[in-house]
Parts: sequence; C-alpha cells; structure tokens
Amino acid sequence: MAKKDKAQETSLAKKNKWVQIKRDKWMYLLLLPGVLYFIIFKIIPLWGIFISMKDFYAGVPFMKAPWVGLENFTRFFSSYGFVRLLTNTLIISLMNIILYFPLPIILALLLNEIRVQWYKKVLQTLVYVPHFVSMVVIASITLMLLKQPASETSAGGAIYEITKALTGTGETWMESKVAIYFVLLVQVIWKETGWGTIIFLAALAGVDVEQYEAAIVDGATRFQQLIYITIPAIMTTVVTMFILRMGSVLDTGFEQIILMQNDVNRSATETFDTYVYNIGRVDGNYGYSTAVGLFKSVVSLICIQAANRLAKRAGQAGLF
Amino acid sequence: MISIKRKTLGDVIMDVVVYVLLTVLAVVMVIPFIYVIAASFADETYMAKTPMFLFPAQTSFNAYITMFSGKVGEQVIRSLIISVCITLVGTLVNLFFTTTMAYGLSRSNLIGKKAILNLVLFTMVFGGGMIPTFLLVRSLGMYNSYASLIIPGAISAYNMLIIRNFFMDLPAGLEEAASIDGCTDIGIFVKIALPLSLPALATFGLFYAVGHWNGYMTALLYLTDSKKYPFQLVLKNLISQTGLAETTAGDQDPPEETLKMAIIVVGTVPILCVYPFLQKHFAAGVMVGAIKG
Repeated sequence: MAKKDKAQETSLAKKNKWVQIKRDKWMYLLLLPGVLYFIIFKIIPLWGIFISMKDFYAGVPFMKAPWVGLENFTRFFSSYGFVRLLTNTLIISLMNIILYFPLPIILALLLNEIRVQWYKKVLQTLVYVPHFVSMVVIASITLMLLKQPASETSAGGAIYEITKALTGTGETWMESKVAIYFVLLVQVIWKETGWGTIIFLAALAGVDVEQYEAAIVDGATRFQQLIYITIPAIMTTVVTMFILRMGSVLDTGFEQIILMQNDVNRSATETFDTYVYNIGRVDGNYGYSTAVGLFKSVVSLICIQAANRLAKRAGQAGLF
Repeated sequence: MISIKRKTLGDVIMDVVVYVLLTVLAVVMVIPFIYVIAASFADETYMAKTPMFLFPAQTSFNAYITMFSGKVGEQVIRSLIISVCITLVGTLVNLFFTTTMAYGLSRSNLIGKKAILNLVLFTMVFGGGMIPTFLLVRSLGMYNSYASLIIPGAISAYNMLIIRNFFMDLPAGLEEAASIDGCTDIGIFVKIALPLSLPALATFGLFYAVGHWNGYMTALLYLTDSKKYPFQLVLKNLISQTGLAETTAGDQDPPEETLKMAIIVVGTVPILCVYPFLQKHFAAGVMVGAIKG
C-alpha cells in the first residue's frame, strides 16, 4: 500500500514538473539564445585541454597533430621563460595592488567629505571620464608624452623634456626595464582610480547618519568622525575588495601591455596574457600556447576560490 | 536637531585640505585631454622643434584638414563608419542576448535555473583561453568577418547577472496581474519588465557600446583584412608608424604628431558626448550586489 502511494506520489511529482515546464515554455524560449551562447563560446573552448596535449601548429589539421601528453607543460615549466613570465606578472600585479589599490579608497573618502553637492557631482564626472577612454588612446597619449626626439634639432615629448631638464639625461621610459612598470602603473591610476571609487562611495552612502549626529553632540571633530566612524564603516568593503583583487593576481590586462610592449622592454613586460598571444596567435604555436593559457586559468581558479573563502571568513558575502 | 554649528580650527583645515587636494586631482585627471586637444591644433613644423607643454605657441587646423583628406583620411573615415556600425549592431545584439537570458533566470521557481546559473558562474572563473576560442571562431567561419567582433562577446556574464537582479526586484504583483490578463511570459518581458528597467538598460547599453567603440583586442585577434579594421586598430597602426618603418612602405608619409592627436580627439569625442546623460545611473545599484544566489 505504502509502496503504491510512493509510486503514485513520484509520478504525480513528475507530472507536476512536466506541467510546470510546459507552463514556463516561453521562459525557456527566452533562455535559449543565452544558454546556446554560453555552451558554444564558453564551454566548447574547454576542448583546449586536448589542444594543450598536442604538438599543434598553425597550418596543420588538428587531427594530424601528434599527441604529446603533458610535454607542452613540462617544457614550459622547465623553460627560462616560465620564471620570467611569473616574475613579470607578479611585479606588475603587486605594484598595482600596493600602489594603486588604496587610491580609489582615499579618493572616495575625500569625495565623501565634500559637502557642496554640485561640486561633488562635477568632481565625480571629471574623475569618471578616463575610464571610458580606450586603451589605444591612452597608449597613444603616453607614447607622445614620452617620445624621444627623432634628431638633435627636434623636440621630444613633454614628459621626456621635463625629465631631461630635471636630470640632465633624458629618461628612455619605453626602453627601461624598470621605468616601464611605472608607466603601466600610472596609466592604470589615471584610467581607473575615479571609476574605482564607485563601490566605496556606495558603501559610504550606507553609513548611518545618526552615528555622525551622535558624534557631533559628543564634540567630535570632522577628522575624528572620519577616523572613528567613516573608515570603520567601509572596512569590510575594503577587505572584500582586497581579497578579491588578490584572487586575480595573475590577470595583468592584455590590451594595455600588448600596446606598450616593444622589442626592447619585452623581457620585462611579457606576462602570461601577452605570451599566450605572442606564441599562439602571432607565432602559430597553438598547442604550447594553449598549455600556457590553461596553466594560468587553473592557477587563477585556485586563487579566486581561496580569495572567496577568505572573504567569507572575513564576514563578507563573498562572490559566490 | 543640532542647532549649534561650530567649526573648530581643525575642521576648517580639513575642509581646505580636502577641497584643494580634490581640485588639484581633478585638474590632473583632465590635463591629458587638454594636452591632446591643444596638440591637435598645434602647428606641426613648430611643434617638432620646440617642446610643447600645455598650449601650442602656433596654432593651425591643418591636422583636421589632412585627417579627412588623402590616404589617411580615407582610412580614418572608413574605420569610423565601421566602428559606428559595429557599436550600434553589437550593442543591440548584446542587449538582446543579455536581457532575454537575465529575464529567463529571474523567475525563482524555474526548473533548471540553478543548473544554468552554475554554468554561467563556472564560465566566469574558468575558460578555455584565447587560442581555443580563436580556433572555435575560425571554425565557425567568422574569421576576418565583423561577426567575430560581435557574436563571441554577446553576453558579459557579470552584466547579465546584474540585470537579472533588476528583473528580480520588479514587483511580483505586476507580472501576476499581467499573466491573469492572459499575457504570456514573453509579453510580460517585452511590455513590463523591459520598460521598467530602462535606466539599467541604458547604463549597460552604454557599457557595451563603450566596449565596442574602444575594442581593440578582438579586432587584433580576428581581423586580417586591413580594409575591415575598426577605428582603434587603425589608430594604433597610425600611431606606431615611425619615419623609419615608413621608408620601406613607400609613398605615404608618417603621420604627423598633430594629426595623430586630431584623430584621437575625433575618436574620443563621441563617448564623451553620450556619457554625461547616463552618468546619474552609475550609482550604487548598478555596481554592487551583482551576484546573489
């Protein structure tokens, strides 16, 4: 008897499910293009795992390329290039985390102290704009400012001339293996600092006004309010953003670096992203390049998961 | 209410520091724009000899005249037209794919929703990489076609999830009322959900449009025919041309510095024109709380 009931129940549940799916048929139709997109362009490329195990070059059919197992990976790890790529990526990324990351927070705190609303709006508009400028334009402006004079009689870019006047020798920014890192950093600072304030300004907007009123009654100065109310209030957001940033430590941004790269600074600016492009797309070494890309993806995945765990432990909602 | 508003000396100092610092910062942010605009109006022969700092000593409109004439002009105008078309079509495709999927995932009791969400989240943290995607696009026959700049990036998972949040926050009563009135889910989507989320659509439309207009990487990867190059790629090629490289290429002179700057101005102005109208939507809701359950 009981058995029969259960069987009936499950068949009823199945029927219900079917009824529900039928009822929602238009929703599934709406989902169809998006799901197809994700399957075709995000899931199918995962066959790269097989490409990475083949000695696969441009011009050779995939089927004819010989299987080499993990040779692409072992060759990559034991090459001198691996250490260089890792160091370059980490230098660029850590400089970004240490020297750029605090700036949007500071800018948001400063903007938050502005009481004249229209002026705050104007400032926000101005600092958001660079985010919308293309990387090609930023690279072009940079190159113009740093340009070395073509001959003795002609003039260089403004920053070149200024450093020349200050130090006596013109700094060859684009060809120095140290200076180029600062060029990359300044580009990021200019482009993203303003835009980066948005998330912190949102956190600041959520601070309870009563706290400030109570503090004013207690005779707190503006500076004390900043230290004891405002900064603690956005600390959780700061911690979360920091952890998530650490999670993407291997991402250095492809466009920016490929645009600033030249033959002289390449040994300092080649990162995982640009290497995959240079080896794969330019040189046509598909198998090896895919292996490098896959290695980066896996390490990134581990970093993101670890960062997400940490964010949750820090009392945050985390990303997932 | 607190009626006494006393400003201590510290408060005044803080105000001064904040205002001065921010004003200086804003000026620093804007200087590159002024510099580029100024340089585009500078006189080339004069500028080549004397370093220009902020304002040109001798002005000329030559750069703008050359830009729209001759060989360079042909290239620039063609690429601008291409970029405008890609931006318009691409943004429409983006919005279609993104909103339909976001709305499909906004219904809380949809069977299979969880699986699709997990699929999306997985692709956000792990992917096949540049070369497998490149090979896929090529085998789909999109190589060297404009479709390669539009279709492979049709949905940004992040944007999709935020728009989904907008749809989820719509009052449930409206949808119920509409479905009682005999509206299908697609009808509700088109007639109710989309019109109610216009600010979000405008904002994400702008983000997608900027992405297309500024796009460089996809064109670099997928386009080989230089006649098909969009604006950013043409700009990059003009910028990196030096006198040295050009001697082998033949008749075309290397583009002058002022000309490069004029091209930058023309390529950046469209975005700066749209931007102020949408700025008010960049508020908190758009960026925060993107990914929830």
